[in-house]
Amino acid sequence: MVLSLVQRRPTDFTPFISPVFASRYIQDPLPRYVLPAKSASKEAAYQIIHDELLLDSSPRLNLASFVTTWMEPECDKLMIEAINKNYADMDEYPVTTELQNRCVNIIAHLFNAPVNEKEAAVGVGTVGSSEAIMLAGLAFKKKWQNRRKAEGKPYDKPNIVTGANVQVCWEKFARYFEVELKEVKLREGYYVMDPEKAVEMVDENTICVAAILGSTLTGEFEDVKLLNDLLTKKNMITGWDTPIHVDAASGGFIAPFLYPKLEWDFRLPLVKSINVSGHKYGLVYAGIGWVIWRNKEDLPEELIFHINYLGADQPTFTLNFSKGSSQIIAQYYQFLRLGFEGYRKVMKNCMESARILNKGLEDTGRFDIISKEQGVPLVAFSFKDKNKTLAFKLSKNLRRFGWIVPAYTLPADAEHMTVLRVVVREDFGRPLVERFLSHLRIALSELDSVIEVPIPTIRYTIELRPGDHLEDDGALPLPNVAVLKQEVEPTDKSIPLTGGKTKGVC
Amino acid sequence: MVLSAAGSEPDASVDYTFASRYVCAALPRFKMPENSIPKDAAYQIISDELMLDGNPRLNLASFVTTWMEPECDKLIMAATNKNYVDMDEYPVTTELQNRCVNMIAHLFHAPVGDDETALGVATVGSSEAIMLAGLAFKRKWQNKRKAEGKPYDKPNIVTGANVQVCWEKFARYFEVELKEVKLREGFYIMDPVKAVEMVDENTICVAAILGSTLTGEFEDVKLLNQLLTQKNKETGWDTPIHVDAASGGFIAPFLYPQLEWDFRLPLVKSINVSGHKYGLVYAGVGWVVWRSKEDLPEELIFHINYLGADQPTFTLNFSKGSSQIIAQYYQFLRLGFEGYKNIMKNCMENARVLREGLEKMGRFDIVSKEVGVPLVAFSLKDSSKHTVFQIAENMRKFGWIIPAYTMPHDAEHVAVLRVVIREDFSRSLAERLISDIKKVLGELDAVPSQPITIAHVTPVKNAEGTVLKKSILETQQEITTYWRRLVERKKTNGVC
Repeated sequence: MVLSLVQRRPTDFTPFISPVFASRYIQDPLPRYVLPAKSASKEAAYQIIHDELLLDSSPRLNLASFVTTWMEPECDKLMIEAINKNYADMDEYPVTTELQNRCVNIIAHLFNAPVNEKEAAVGVGTVGSSEAIMLAGLAFKKKWQNRRKAEGKPYDKPNIVTGANVQVCWEKFARYFEVELKEVKLREGYYVMDPEKAVEMVDENTICVAAILGSTLTGEFEDVKLLNDLLTKKNMITGWDTPIHVDAASGGFIAPFLYPKLEWDFRLPLVKSINVSGHKYGLVYAGIGWVIWRNKEDLPEELIFHINYLGADQPTFTLNFSKGSSQIIAQYYQFLRLGFEGYRKVMKNCMESARILNKGLEDTGRFDIISKEQGVPLVAFSFKDKNKTLAFKLSKNLRRFGWIVPAYTLPADAEHMTVLRVVVREDFGRPLVERFLSHLRIALSELDSVIEVPIPTIRYTIELRPGDHLEDDGALPLPNVAVLKQEVEPTDKSIPLTGGKTKGVC
Repeated sequence: MVLSAAGSEPDASVDYTFASRYVCAALPRFKMPENSIPKDAAYQIISDELMLDGNPRLNLASFVTTWMEPECDKLIMAATNKNYVDMDEYPVTTELQNRCVNMIAHLFHAPVGDDETALGVATVGSSEAIMLAGLAFKRKWQNKRKAEGKPYDKPNIVTGANVQVCWEKFARYFEVELKEVKLREGFYIMDPVKAVEMVDENTICVAAILGSTLTGEFEDVKLLNQLLTQKNKETGWDTPIHVDAASGGFIAPFLYPQLEWDFRLPLVKSINVSGHKYGLVYAGVGWVVWRSKEDLPEELIFHINYLGADQPTFTLNFSKGSSQIIAQYYQFLRLGFEGYKNIMKNCMENARVLREGLEKMGRFDIVSKEVGVPLVAFSLKDSSKHTVFQIAENMRKFGWIIPAYTMPHDAEHVAVLRVVIREDFSRSLAERLISDIKKVLGELDAVPSQPITIAHVTPVKNAEGTVLKKSILETQQEITTYWRRLVERKKTNGVC
């Protein structure tokens, strides 16, 4: 084997005979800035890194994230077998490429894309919804530019209309691809994009309107049908033909199973592309997303690269090239293993867990529930008490038990609200919900016992003037004190609440 | 467990996968199946389908790592459910990334102090890394032009025609013009002299490749730096250099430490390297490092509040697995400088064995050089009876995957086979490959060739110099150019 030369000469036996924790590797300082000059034994390297990682939080208890944290062992086996397959080598791994194509077709059918029974849909597997959104945005931008060029109009100021509740990847897209982001502001009690306001903001430079199915903050589904209706009317008046993109990162694998009558997908004529995260409710580990286009016309040909694959033409449109194949295979495994009924049952279980959590929180009497019943299975709640620091303190207390529950302020114009959010994933079953609630109750009681009585302080600014009459016993005269200013010191040192989506939750 | 409700009605024969009805049902290709199936059946069906993929270890087309130690596999599997982007929840994983960035920056002689953190980021591969570096150059150039009051709508990049497809992607998606320096027979990399000639005021950077995809050669970054410095003095444009060290970045520091190609050259502002090539990690990790803060415009960086401290991030992808980053740190810790050096030396040694074996056969010209990435690119001395494409096709019978391709402009008449020597391509495999190539040549020789006799044609030119009769080479060139143009409209330069 090649690596036989890597190990040290036999004169230095001790490190390889003695157990890891007896060797010197455990005492050497860890390399942080420079590549270490010498090798280490593989057992030691494994153990050291494994031990460091013990101090990461447990992914299963991370209630902040939508991203899947558990898969069946059979799927783990498939993933580790595929770990050395570079997905980009389509010619060498044709079956893996075909599995991607099958997944694209399955998802397109799930979203009612207007393709025939045996026709291949237009779509691609990505590394996540960020890449998917960038690809969809690029397609809209290029299509709009081509149209404007043909009309002889300026095409240097494209913009996109979204709600202020968009996830940070839309900001990235806007900044990196030089598109202006026009955000519809939120208001208290209404935490998603208002379709009417959105359509008002559409102008001739708008490349698309992006609606979210499953808002990051509260899990709600935006009313894509209403948006479609209003935008169709406006398009008839203006002739601009502005399309819609649905960011179904979380909701795309929930709505078809739980709310099949809800019209949000390609059934609405203005919806030209949809993205969904395979690694959220697609029930696959982090690292896979999907973007589907309505049909070929919605994806400008000049963006597609054609690779010669098995003599046939394999069109590709991705930002990333080399990447692992494991997640794509895992996605197909889930489609095959669970099928429609399996996904529906998993989602129903999630909603049931969310309902129990919801009830448990309401029973404490301390919270307002912000999230709605229809939407992504999560519970967003805020303290009835308007003290902004409570949410952050509770989040901190819950960490002691191992639970990670993020606390954050809502974006403009509802920045005075602070919420906590618990995401219910597939692996957050009833037993864990009940345990979480009991820990929550303990954390709440700790919170109450620690609320300090504020000690008021008053700051004086004074001026000393020399005394003007002598004391009786000849001592120096006391100076006169004149109070120039009197300030009451603020007693409640609020935690600085950072603004901006980028600092918040995703 | 949640999934106990997902199973269908109990079926006694379910217990034995190949006796069940699941292996007789047609596989879903267009629509999601209505019902669930047992997990053993699902595993078996997919595993069986994948048997018909190529064997990754025999895939000699790819630079990307196909073997890691079992201890590392253990770490990788333990981290599959960690979403890298949750920096607040997984602070140690984030710190491992930062350590890797520092180590790579030091390896490339970035001008950072001993305890200072370097500026760089982990990406999903060199494609993302190159897009980030290119974006930084574009934004910096735009800002400069805006400040000077000059137009900034036509940025371009100067590279060799041998660039990998991701540079074309960057150019197309980010609306930058790609100015390619054409190759010529015998010189298959970017010519620094021609490149510097092509630089104009709209050039955002010149990209040099350390480890050309086609032949593994290192481009002369030092000469490029010299010539570009001179031109910058004359023009005042301050054009920088980016080094695409996707393959070479983890070879040059260990095998050729004296070679100046990195931040030791003042015009080099950013470097990308693929962790999943000679960084010896599975597919899915790349690195980009910048010289200093000035080279990365602040407006591109997003600041995430992480553990109360500020964690600046600049990536295209957001959620992704943590496994490869942990694996990269494992390799740095496990191998260290001496380990990497020994592995690269072994690769070069095995490349030498392969090269000598091929030369001994007397049928091949070796196109790759000795200094560079450990690969062997070779062409047939005589392509009249059979081509390299036929050899590649026949080698598949034995399981070997060897790509065959033509060179880009202006050397399209040259067709080569390329074998990449990875860490796990030992001497025994090299010797087996040589014997299999001999067998294939023998089989092809035995088959009577196509009945097209190519008579020797003497090129004839009349007094004014117009060509009356073309030589074989010129005819071949004309034909390949014609077909290439036909195909090029839709296809990109195939190999990667």
